[in-house]
Amino acid sequence: MTTTLPVTPAFHHEYVPATPPPSDIRPNAVTWARTNLFSSPFSCLLTVCFTGLAVWLVSQFLSFALFNAVWSGDSEACRANPDGACWSFIRAKLNYLQYGAYPATERWRADLTQVIGVVLIAWLLWRNAPRRNTAALLFFGVYPIVGFTLLRGVEAIGLPVIDTTLWGGMMITLLMSVVGIVFSLPLGVVLALGRRSELPMVKAVCVFYIEVVRGVPFITVLFMANFMMPLFVPEALTPDRLLRPMIATALFSAAYMAEVVRAGLQAIPKGQYEGAQSLGIGYFTMMRLIILPQALTIVIPGIVSTFIGLFKDTTLVAIVGIADFLRAVETARIDPNWAGPTISSTGYLFAAIIYWFFCFGMSRYSQSVERHLARGHKS
Amino acid sequence: MVDITQPAHLRRAFSIYDKKIRAIVYQAGLVVSLAVVVTAIAIQTVSNMRQRGIPLTFDFWNQTAGFQINQTLIPYDTLSSYGQAFWVGVANTLLVSALGILLATILGFLIGISRLSHNWIVAKVATSYVEVIRNIPLLLQLLFWYNAVLKPLPAPKASIALPGGIYLNNRGIILPAVEFHAGAALVGMAIVAAAAFATAFSAYASGVQNRTGKQLPVLVVHLLLLTGLPLVAYVGAGSPWSFTYPELRGFNFRGGQQIYPEFAALLIGLSVYTASFVAEIVRGGIQAVSKGQTEAAHALGLPKGKTLRLVVVPQALRIIIPPLTSQYLNLIKNSSLAVFIGYPDLVQVFAGSVLNQTGAAVQVMAITLVVYLVISLITSAAMNAFNLRFALVER
Repeated sequence: MTTTLPVTPAFHHEYVPATPPPSDIRPNAVTWARTNLFSSPFSCLLTVCFTGLAVWLVSQFLSFALFNAVWSGDSEACRANPDGACWSFIRAKLNYLQYGAYPATERWRADLTQVIGVVLIAWLLWRNAPRRNTAALLFFGVYPIVGFTLLRGVEAIGLPVIDTTLWGGMMITLLMSVVGIVFSLPLGVVLALGRRSELPMVKAVCVFYIEVVRGVPFITVLFMANFMMPLFVPEALTPDRLLRPMIATALFSAAYMAEVVRAGLQAIPKGQYEGAQSLGIGYFTMMRLIILPQALTIVIPGIVSTFIGLFKDTTLVAIVGIADFLRAVETARIDPNWAGPTISSTGYLFAAIIYWFFCFGMSRYSQSVERHLARGHKS
Repeated sequence: MVDITQPAHLRRAFSIYDKKIRAIVYQAGLVVSLAVVVTAIAIQTVSNMRQRGIPLTFDFWNQTAGFQINQTLIPYDTLSSYGQAFWVGVANTLLVSALGILLATILGFLIGISRLSHNWIVAKVATSYVEVIRNIPLLLQLLFWYNAVLKPLPAPKASIALPGGIYLNNRGIILPAVEFHAGAALVGMAIVAAAAFATAFSAYASGVQNRTGKQLPVLVVHLLLLTGLPLVAYVGAGSPWSFTYPELRGFNFRGGQQIYPEFAALLIGLSVYTASFVAEIVRGGIQAVSKGQTEAAHALGLPKGKTLRLVVVPQALRIIIPPLTSQYLNLIKNSSLAVFIGYPDLVQVFAGSVLNQTGAAVQVMAITLVVYLVISLITSAAMNAFNLRFALVER
């Protein structure tokens, strides 16, 4: 660069210094409070009332769960303290809450199953992970078999068989949810495709199934599975008592999943279908390679919220005698050795924190996906 | 083989690659396999039921039930039949659902509007409510209300006395009972008459507004009519009702209206839980009304209240009503969780006690499912009719 033309811009923004905003709206704590807390007399009243309410609730919670809580010691210490949670009760019962009556020496199998599950789910959910379709194949195809073999046991390979009556606790809750997720998604996709099919009989069958299942409470479906499944099949084929609610869960949430997937299918522009058809590829190839990948991506938030609903609904399996996490809390709570004024509240608080942690985590994940997708659509 | 040199109508090909033929084959396959499965299940079920001595008919319907139900809206005692127990269950399900829907709607709208408040602390408290409540299973909340809040209340002798003759104890909430005397019908008639006058006045007022553009004070007239007429009738008939206050006699209260803890826990749990979902729907609906609508209304000089009532809310309702309907249906279905805390709803009485005593699993489950399907259908039909009133009329 030897010669440079003199640049004379018509307007130099530096020449006009930025004016600070007028002093009464300059952003500081006082103006923030004035606009957000005390904008009108009614707003002042609300601020006072709601601050009082919030402070009272938070202080009640903290004093119960932290400051007045019993952290160690036996049931005597808890009985003597009616104001705070009894966390030593949870500590004493933690193994039971996690595994139910699953034999202590075999609990590594439950742990291993959970670790494999966590790794696969993390692989599936991590957006930049390599080979995510391998993860999907492993999770939806291989994992159920491996997990069942590990938990149930096979004599031939040296794993003692553990009867399902001994299974319980968090293990059952996670198992039920994973089984529900693994089977309800593919089934839901099939039902959704059937519902949008041009073949009237296929459509009628799918619509009937979806509408009936969505019209009845989950409890009645569980009751049906428990009382009627053994009547439906010859005695030799009677499904295991744990398998019955699992089948019910999968069939039940498939109907809800189908509606979520249908929404996704409807959101795909017609041009995509026509484009695929103009290439001369068949129905199933079109769905598998072009329509479903797009549709499922759009409805990830809907799928996740169905999963959240499913996770919360697993608590209902207690009605057919399955000792899931909440049922384990109930059993632990009424243990006469630990009878005390705050045992029930502590048990419920602990369960609430665990469930909240899982559900809130899932909903946050779906929100982040939603934001990510929204960003993609803008460009 | 298809001879393509022939004209189309002469080809008469029967090819599996023909779209129409394939459609018929697929559907026939589906129908036949479904029919085979259903028939096999039916035959197997009948033979299993015979083998185990389970009744195959509905004869149990008129047999004596012989169990107690604590809360009954219709006459029922231990000598009543299974059929009457069924109706008790249906009535209890409807009662808790209707009250739950009412409370959840009120609470949900309040919280949903609070989430949009310009007041920071109000919005944050409402947000926390929604995020905490909807991420905890309903069953856990019901058990909490029942086992950790209502059951540990003191025994009747040490009841907590609230003002107005209300007592709280571990048998429930005891309220004063209302007793009607001779002139009560007059007050009822006054209310009906006031409603009729009010409706007539609204029609007249809207006629006047359509003709002249003048707005009559409809709200004030309605308030005056609806409070004034019944009040006059009440005084004229000489205060035709009185309260009987509950009294502690021995171990329990006599007189008064008892609200059972099972009912209270279920109602509180259902309303609090559903309200968190209703709040989200309301917030979404109001946010979806574009801000230009509010600005345009303000530009026309409409005051804040009227903008909300005449411009924003009608458009928001259009978005709110369909998802609100499915929340109502969810609440009705969730009322079946009553079985966990012993409130005698349809599932607890019928699919629980009756099924266990009679063993007629297939019949009992079929009836239960049909009842829920019918309730769902009626609710969604009613909400759809309501929705039509607000739906966008496009030209």
